[in-house]
Amino acid sequence: MIVELSNLLSALNVSADWIGLRATQEASTHRTVRDGIPEYNRTTTTQGIMVEVLVNGQIGYAATNLLTLESVQAAALTAQRQAIAASEWNIHPTPLSARPKVVEDYTSPILKPFDALTPGEISEILTKICQTLKVSDQIVQTSATAIVTETETWFVSSNGSEAHQKFWMISTDYSATAQEGAIVQRRSNNGGLAHCYQGGIEHLVTPDLWQRVKQIGDQAIELLTAEECPTETTTLVLAPDQMLLQIHESVGHPLELDRILGDERNYAGGSFIKLEDFGKRVYGSPLMNITFDPTVPGEFASYRFDDTGTPATREYLIKEGTLMRGVGSLESQARAGVLGVASTRASSWNRPPIDRMGNLNLEPGSGSFEETITSVDRGIFMEANRSWSIDDQRHKFQFSCEYGRLIEQGKLTKTVRNPNYRGVTPEFWGSLIKVGDRSTWQMYGTPFCGKGEPNQAIRVGHGSPIAVFANVEVFGGGA
Amino acid sequence: MTKTVSFLESSFDQLVETIADQLKPDEHFTLSLNSEQSQFTRFNHAKVRQTGSVNDGSLSLTLMRDQRSSDHQFPFTGDLEIDRPRAKTALEALRKDVSQLPVNPYLVLPSGNATSQEIYTGQLLTIDEVVPTLLPVVADLDFTGLYAAGLMIRAYADSVGQKHWFATESFSLDYSLFTPDGQAVKGTFAGDRWDQSAYATKIQTSRQQLDRLSQPPKSISRGSYRTYLAPAAIAELVYMLSWGGVSESSFQQGGSCLGAMRRGEKKLSPKFTLRENFRHGLVPRFNELGEVAPLDLSIVEEGELVNMLISSQTAKEYKLVANGADQGETLRSPEIAPGELSSEQILATLGTGLYLSNLHYLNWSDRPTGRITGMTRYACFWVEEGEIVAPIENLRFDDSFYQFWGENLAALTNFQEFIPDVGTYENRNLGGTWVPGMIVNDFTYTL
Repeated sequence: MIVELSNLLSALNVSADWIGLRATQEASTHRTVRDGIPEYNRTTTTQGIMVEVLVNGQIGYAATNLLTLESVQAAALTAQRQAIAASEWNIHPTPLSARPKVVEDYTSPILKPFDALTPGEISEILTKICQTLKVSDQIVQTSATAIVTETETWFVSSNGSEAHQKFWMISTDYSATAQEGAIVQRRSNNGGLAHCYQGGIEHLVTPDLWQRVKQIGDQAIELLTAEECPTETTTLVLAPDQMLLQIHESVGHPLELDRILGDERNYAGGSFIKLEDFGKRVYGSPLMNITFDPTVPGEFASYRFDDTGTPATREYLIKEGTLMRGVGSLESQARAGVLGVASTRASSWNRPPIDRMGNLNLEPGSGSFEETITSVDRGIFMEANRSWSIDDQRHKFQFSCEYGRLIEQGKLTKTVRNPNYRGVTPEFWGSLIKVGDRSTWQMYGTPFCGKGEPNQAIRVGHGSPIAVFANVEVFGGGA
Repeated sequence: MTKTVSFLESSFDQLVETIADQLKPDEHFTLSLNSEQSQFTRFNHAKVRQTGSVNDGSLSLTLMRDQRSSDHQFPFTGDLEIDRPRAKTALEALRKDVSQLPVNPYLVLPSGNATSQEIYTGQLLTIDEVVPTLLPVVADLDFTGLYAAGLMIRAYADSVGQKHWFATESFSLDYSLFTPDGQAVKGTFAGDRWDQSAYATKIQTSRQQLDRLSQPPKSISRGSYRTYLAPAAIAELVYMLSWGGVSESSFQQGGSCLGAMRRGEKKLSPKFTLRENFRHGLVPRFNELGEVAPLDLSIVEEGELVNMLISSQTAKEYKLVANGADQGETLRSPEIAPGELSSEQILATLGTGLYLSNLHYLNWSDRPTGRITGMTRYACFWVEEGEIVAPIENLRFDDSFYQFWGENLAALTNFQEFIPDVGTYENRNLGGTWVPGMIVNDFTYTL
């Protein structure tokens, strides 16, 4: 394909300072069984080319799913026309250096290929998960999902780029909903579709699968009679499956350079972070170390280079609590005058690349799970995100989880339902008092990170240990 | 546009014939098309951030046989030399897949003989016109947003001969104007014909609203306040009802926020009426089985739950009667009935409290009890004795619709506004929401 794309580029007749062709081909199969009934069996294939043309410091783009020379030539001329029409009103001249030459290849690690199981076998496993989740008649809904996706991108450009990446990805989810009258509780496998990885079927049939499925059904029932989460200001211990969301919403998004530059203000919002904060602002306690790490094998957003051709490397965004870098690639870095990372990506061939999170991880600290819990005299341990909401500056948030346990005198005691907490980002991260060690570190992801105009949902990964925050407002449900 | 639409419709028809010709006697199919030719120009600080166009199309072919089904989405280019082999390949892949899947006892086959064709031609700006037309009017403002425009097609055909074709050209400009200290006004300008005079008037109105934000924002303590929510804020609340709300299957499976109403435990205010109203004609009435929704369907009538949205699959599973809902049982053309409060009376009737233009980032904080949390956003003000005093710093609310559409609903405005759906995930969305503003007592703010 890279040869065909290079030939296509050579054949284009368009005058420009730079031209790039990014072709994407994706095949994804989504299977969901609900209450033992096949609810969703869908294979989605998409294929197209994004043509970017740089003229007078302005990039114009045109995307087409018709891959003939005639169609791509028409797209290139349209992109050129777009660039010329806008160049007088350009917000910032895009330098050629924002589209560096890249010659690279990347393939996701995979142990068991997608065809290791037939569609029938996958359906059988999903059906059995539903059956196992139904531990009681009070379980009113069970659901099991597996999504396998094979994505390939090829990138060529007039300054010599020839790059290819192939991603094997799998996402799984299963849940049980329990109901007793007006009380409804749902428990899932670490939050909705949180198990997102690069790899293969090895992530569906895991060694702990059936024990975990049974536990989820049992915990959904347990929540029906659990006490409401108390309303108090206390020590909050978050499991890695909630840290996924906490890192994403209150660290990742506010550090995106395009938000700080104002591009997102009409949609996703801005940021409480200012450009002058980089290199000096204290973002959280000294225990806070956040990395942008596209090199973690199997993490959902690992890659070798981003969609502008910038090589991707592991970098500290926040080191010992101090803000070091933003989330944004060379184009935003040129506008902002601050350091960033290779994270300008597009959701598919039909969207232009914008500043996105990749893998954002909280680095481990010290202390096992038991040692961490033991260190808390009174508090609440929360698992698995259920609800999320944060303001447009990424400042005031309210999150809720599926499952909570009281911590009393260093021990996990009663289960509580509808555990919610709220806070303000800088104060919250400033109150980080303990970070668990590597043994508590778990890795999750989501395919649903939404932003951009036009809108784009993209895949991100987040790994974290267990983490402890002091003096957090927690509360339960009810009208 | 007419030529393009005719060409694409002809391609679609021929693909339907190709699939029908390949079909075996015991097989059924549905074929849905989603296609667009869109212009996207994104602005920041009254300059161009990104600009481009997207030609995209996707077909969804569902094969049903022996109470089993599977579907395959593949690109639609309009070029039959490319699309026809893809359709055949998809059909073969589906045959292999379906034969291995378990039986779905609630599978519904296409039936009926519905056909429709709606084509709306617009008058849109050309690529070269977009920037020089839009930006001079706002050049002195901190203007940010997205202009999206072009042709959108939704189509459907099946093995029993039903066919629907919906094509429309339209534009939307979704924008914000900012003050130097970050306060902002939100606006949307949408239609099928660009009207420069109407655009200038719209921006002028936003300028006047921006002037109101010039003073420093007031910090409001958490608590409960009498509150006016403008139509755009109400639209955000209405969207929540499509997420574990009006869906019958969601209720049956324990996931609906309307469960308490359905069980007869709660009612909303007699002032509150919610219905699906397709008379506005901005979205197709057909669904994934070619069924056509009724022009009107009451969901909540004067506070009483009278209908939930029931798809054919749900109807079969729970032995109910379908009412034309789509598979996801979501609101496609929702409307809240207006009340009696005129725009001139809003501030006086509010008295002292909060005036909210928009809400942001809503989510359920406790779905079974109807509790929603989210943020105030854009032009929101503190009002005392019917006079706007100052803009406010953003607040988090957390309240149940059983309260704010229930006993705390004080008044609805006597006018509705159309809030267009400007979403563009994967493709440009169609339609929007028709909603009034409302005054509620004791709206709860928590942070």
